[in-house]
Amino acid sequence: MKTYEQINDRIESGKAVVLTADEIIDYVDKKGLAAAAKEVDVVTTATFGPMCSSGCFLNFGHSKPKIRMSEAWIEDVLVYTGIAAVDVYLGATQLRHGDPANMYHPGEFRYGGGHVIEDLVAGRKLQLFALSYGTDCYPLREIRTYFTINDLNQAIMVNPRNCYQNYNVGINFSDRPIYTYMGTLEPERKNANYCSAGQLSPLLNDPYYDVIGVGTKVWMAGAQGHVYAEGTQHAGACERTPGGIPKGGAGTLALTCDMKKMRPEFVRGVTFRGYGVSLALGIGVPIPILNEDVLKRTCVRDRDILAPVVDYSHDYPQNNGKVICCVSYEQLRSGRIDVEGKEVAVGSLSSYYKALQIANLLADEIRRGDFRLAEPIAPLPKDKKMKPLVTRKKPS
Amino acid sequence: MSETVTKKLMLFFPRCECEKPIIYHLVKDYNLVVNVYRAKVTPEEEGYLVLDVTGVEEDIEQALAFVKTFNVSINYSGKGVTRDENSCTHCGHCVTHCPTGALRIDDKMTREVIYSEADCIECMACIGVCPFDALASAF
Ligand code: SF4
Ligand code: SF4
Repeated sequence: MKTYEQINDRIESGKAVVLTADEIIDYVDKKGLAAAAKEVDVVTTATFGPMCSSGCFLNFGHSKPKIRMSEAWIEDVLVYTGIAAVDVYLGATQLRHGDPANMYHPGEFRYGGGHVIEDLVAGRKLQLFALSYGTDCYPLREIRTYFTINDLNQAIMVNPRNCYQNYNVGINFSDRPIYTYMGTLEPERKNANYCSAGQLSPLLNDPYYDVIGVGTKVWMAGAQGHVYAEGTQHAGACERTPGGIPKGGAGTLALTCDMKKMRPEFVRGVTFRGYGVSLALGIGVPIPILNEDVLKRTCVRDRDILAPVVDYSHDYPQNNGKVICCVSYEQLRSGRIDVEGKEVAVGSLSSYYKALQIANLLADEIRRGDFRLAEPIAPLPKDKKMKPLVTRKKPS
Repeated sequence: MSETVTKKLMLFFPRCECEKPIIYHLVKDYNLVVNVYRAKVTPEEEGYLVLDVTGVEEDIEQALAFVKTFNVSINYSGKGVTRDENSCTHCGHCVTHCPTGALRIDDKMTREVIYSEADCIECMACIGVCPFDALASAF
């Protein structure tokens, strides 16, 4: 048994023993659970992939004379202004003004909110255009200016849903190509795409949310952020394997950090042909090895994690909940899976390569004493289910 | 007889040279085996051509000297399809779309997605599917 305080003391003194969720598997195999639990202080987990429910609050400061922005665009991407005068919220999936979307299917979606966020973090100069109706205290009715992230008072990433615990494998049973947020899926089950870091992924290493909770400190593209709430659609009450691993989406995290401290290589705009734009983020979550149970859960292997294969040409859009079959991440990573007797080539949307980089970067930061852990102030709910949207004809 | 080698080239033909049968001479006068991957003439009547030439080294050298007598630029790396290494996140989405395995994962541990130009047949299947806009065509 260890406490957060003891672990943080070891981090502070530069003596913490830190391994990645990849390395820990063999380590525990070799040393045994009891000995390893005494020795190891932290296991680092990570993921890099598209996370659509991401965005940021920006504060521009006041112009002379002042404006109360009632509509605003950054690089022609609409931002939300229904908050205080010069605060805006920029969302990852917002399209650029005038983008033809899917008018000519499949649309290209070359630039949008996620790309603005990438440009901001990369320190590029961006255009702000804002309109107002004018008030006695905020007389200016129009402004056009150029800025970088350094000109802003605050740039705070506030993401309502990141780090899905597990995810669907997208496949296409129809006879035409389909263009989805799971990428381009060729007809007749020609390919399938998954999107998870598997055994390296944060919530798969803490399946019952025993240690990751509200207040947990996380690594967000190099910035030190934290979990501020359960993520939207967090639904821990789901079907699980005998080992406790959810067989579908399940848990999610709501995350926040100071964008000025993020590293551009882990904040990337995403384009999905025929679907839209998004943002890919690199996130690392440290797991404090408080006891043997916590350690045991971090030893989860790709072969023990199952993902549901879902037909995105029919079952997913119709929301009928049908799962074709389940496959393990070990099978997915082999590049081929069997779906109802057909061998299907597997691609991915989540970068394991980057996730591994992140797990190692975070481990180094902790070893150097630059990243202390934070004890959660509230747990994530375990018993929540996901509710559908009911379409009612009348208010009653 | 000396050994034959294969070189992948990309040729750019400005407007004035587009109508000359240069490739014909490569075959006829320099004994080269030519394998064209992709060719395009733009509305401005400029031309791009990505091809393999196979023959003995000397013949290839002389053939290229001949090509240079025209106003044609030769790109020896033969890259009609390029990947921006800084933009690629190694997500792996392109891998199933590439018919030749030019885009592939060799190292199962790091899962780095490599792009081997030599295996690329310029089919263009990968260009629109990269979510990070890392893959592009020179023409
Ligand atoms: S789809 Fe693009 S980003 Fe992903 S591995 Fe291929 S080239 Fe790299
Ligand atoms: S152009 Fe075709 S062969 Fe070349 S890398 Fe792209 S998909 Fe592969």
